[in-house]
Amino acid sequence: MNIYVIMKRTFDTEEKIAVENGKISDDGVEYIINPYDEYAIEEAIQLRDKHGGEITVVSIGDEETEKELRTALAMGCDKAVLINNEDVEDYDQVSTASILAKFFEDKEFDIILGGNVSVDNGTGQIAPRLADKLGIAHIATIVNLEVAEGKATAERDVEGDIEIIEASLPLLVTAQQGLNEPRYPSLPGIMKAKKKPLEVLELDDLDLDEDDVEGQTEVIDVFLPPKKEAGRILEGELEDQVKELVNSLRSEAKVI
Amino acid sequence: MSKTSEVLKGGAFLIDALSPEQLFTPEDFSEEHKMIAKTTEDYIKKEVLPHVEELENKDLELTKKLLKKAGDLGLLGGDVPEAYGGLGLDKISTSLITEKFSLANSFSLSYGAHVGIGSLPIVLFGTEEQKQKYLPDLANGNKFAAYALTEPGSGSDARGAKTTARLNDEGTHYILNGEKQWITNSGFADVFVVYAKIDGKDFSAFIVEKDYPGVSTGAEEHKMGIKASSTRTLILEDVPVPKENLLGEPGRGHIIAFNILNIGRYKLAVGCIGACKRALELAVRYANEREQFKQPISNFTLIQNKLANMAVKTYATESSVYRTVGLFRDRLDQLSDEEANDGKKMAESIAEYALECSLNKVFASEALDYAVDEAVQIHGGYGYMQEYEVERMYRDSRINRIFEGTNEINRLIVPSTLLKKAMKGELPLFEKAQTLQEELMMLMPEEPGDEPLEKEKYLLNHAKKIFLMVAGLGAQKFGKKLEGEQEILANVADIVSNIYAMESVIVRTEKSIRNTGVDQSKQKLLMTEVFCQEAFDDIEKLAKESLLMVEEGDKLRMMLSVLRKLTRYTPSNLVEKKRSIAKTLIKEEQFTV
Repeated sequence: MNIYVIMKRTFDTEEKIAVENGKISDDGVEYIINPYDEYAIEEAIQLRDKHGGEITVVSIGDEETEKELRTALAMGCDKAVLINNEDVEDYDQVSTASILAKFFEDKEFDIILGGNVSVDNGTGQIAPRLADKLGIAHIATIVNLEVAEGKATAERDVEGDIEIIEASLPLLVTAQQGLNEPRYPSLPGIMKAKKKPLEVLELDDLDLDEDDVEGQTEVIDVFLPPKKEAGRILEGELEDQVKELVNSLRSEAKVI
Repeated sequence: MSKTSEVLKGGAFLIDALSPEQLFTPEDFSEEHKMIAKTTEDYIKKEVLPHVEELENKDLELTKKLLKKAGDLGLLGGDVPEAYGGLGLDKISTSLITEKFSLANSFSLSYGAHVGIGSLPIVLFGTEEQKQKYLPDLANGNKFAAYALTEPGSGSDARGAKTTARLNDEGTHYILNGEKQWITNSGFADVFVVYAKIDGKDFSAFIVEKDYPGVSTGAEEHKMGIKASSTRTLILEDVPVPKENLLGEPGRGHIIAFNILNIGRYKLAVGCIGACKRALELAVRYANEREQFKQPISNFTLIQNKLANMAVKTYATESSVYRTVGLFRDRLDQLSDEEANDGKKMAESIAEYALECSLNKVFASEALDYAVDEAVQIHGGYGYMQEYEVERMYRDSRINRIFEGTNEINRLIVPSTLLKKAMKGELPLFEKAQTLQEELMMLMPEEPGDEPLEKEKYLLNHAKKIFLMVAGLGAQKFGKKLEGEQEILANVADIVSNIYAMESVIVRTEKSIRNTGVDQSKQKLLMTEVFCQEAFDDIEKLAKESLLMVEEGDKLRMMLSVLRKLTRYTPSNLVEKKRSIAKTLIKEEQFTV
């Protein structure tokens, strides 16, 4: 099987978010592989180990992203590709999907796996947009996957219910929590990762111009959620408490 | 570092100044190092920490299962060469694994005893056949190892062992008899490295398998801490050990013991780094959470002061210990490929820094004891309760000052090793002491400038002079009898220890400033300023006490006045600096450099 994984580098989930000058500060931040993409990588490895073939993990970012790609290689992926997007201004999900679509244009693949959403921006758009541009089917938020004879059977999580979907390859799927338990890189894996190929591509190499992939959205404002106010315990006779509650809901919280 | 470059000698730091290029610091970790550390940390957090309670209750089957999992990830094979089923990692990598393992509290001892003192004697001193037979299973966690040196009657004086070995009449087996006490992993180990005296005189090491007839273990000991580790007596009753299981040469067991102790000591120090960081993390998180007088107690400057002290000691420990590991690496890099596969050469490379290993062991174990003590204090009454991790850390920490050579023994090793090196002409200490005497008479106090680290370098420079003065006078006065003046020897060791740590933090910070600028090195600079001033004040006190023991009358007055000149400087307000250090810790909720 020709297996591809699309992966994003994100803030560590334990990082505290700070906004400075209208932007999220990345000062001293630790990065990880987007946890949903980790499920995708694990699933890819299991598919490869079962059906044979090769896994290429693809990411878009700056040179720092090489670290997460190396981690993916150490987990067991065979090859990595980094597409450098440092020169693109007004970057958004359309940009990512366009670059990836161009990358996949001349590739032969049976399946592309990705995370169902990234834990930072959380738009969940990249994979469906990519599938659309490539003209292939996609199944989102899968929690189980079986592949046999050119066909895939996936269970997808639909707000707590399970849908079972069959599709023919080539196919794109996105991983939901529960799909598997991602392994961590073993030490022999880490040693081997050094020697595995990691290709760095510029937009030029994909025959793309920065203008081709310019984003189509504009960020108006970035702000943190309001601080949670302390709770209040109402006191007095039950009837008074109810009155006070109704009053507060009307005048303070303005929900009724 | 290339194979042609100059490699620093053990103890040379007392004479030469260290340049930033010569110092390995945690800022120099490669991506691969970080990935190895991350895998170890993930393994500990996901596989081990959920089972701490069972492990503390000595579920040894679980211990074996978890160690086997570590073996599957390659975590047990770091120090074992690839040819014998290991990974043959560099010492930085294996140190990082050890540091991360300490997060698992005393489970890390089961790990450490297995990969360190248990397996390494075979790695370093085994014959080809012994390595082939034992190492692959030890490296992947199919079998586990233990190290049996201590006896009821012989601890620090290991060569006083009573366990005996006698070659049988057929000449095929050594028959071992005796008892080994406090053997870590003894409850589940398959392979024991046992020390015994052949015919009651030739101290030697043997590989003893659990299943040999006559091998048994006593009951589990009830210890103050490190309860997850199995500690029993190993009983040997007419145990026939095949002749080919003699490890190393007969009568040369002390060479193995000496080398394994060196390694055990630096590994212990590495483990203490991880535990110091954990203690600080727990303390600062608690201080941020716990409210008294309607505010988090981390607002109070006395709490801040404690947090800062913990961080400063952690920084000094981390800088010193990784400096030593870097020295091993540089020296091992000098070996040819053939030599690198020769365990004895590897042991020699590490033995060159036996002094540094002892310094690190003492410094790190005392830093950790301080850190856990203050971590409990910051937790107040909750810190005394078993539900809190700091309670366990407090009990677990105490053993570090006792095993792998008590801190007293390790202190005594420092001046005696220096003296040996000086006598052998490896370190020109006598010459330096000679020229210093003349220099001291002419000494004019000066005031260092205000550039970052200028004062600290000045203090370091004078600390080295104070060392030469005190050690020189002691040696002159007592000669061979100095051995009996253990207080002076311990003082000298503490002066040397402070010097090593001062230099390690100064040069690490200097390297950081050079690479990232002063702004990015602010925390490092503050910690260096605090550490150096306090260490220097300690050195002054130790030197004074020693001079009072060595000299009297006019000579004493003269020497004290020289010391006063050497220790004259304008101190800084450290309280302010500590508040500043604490501010960063409180924000980051972890050890931050």
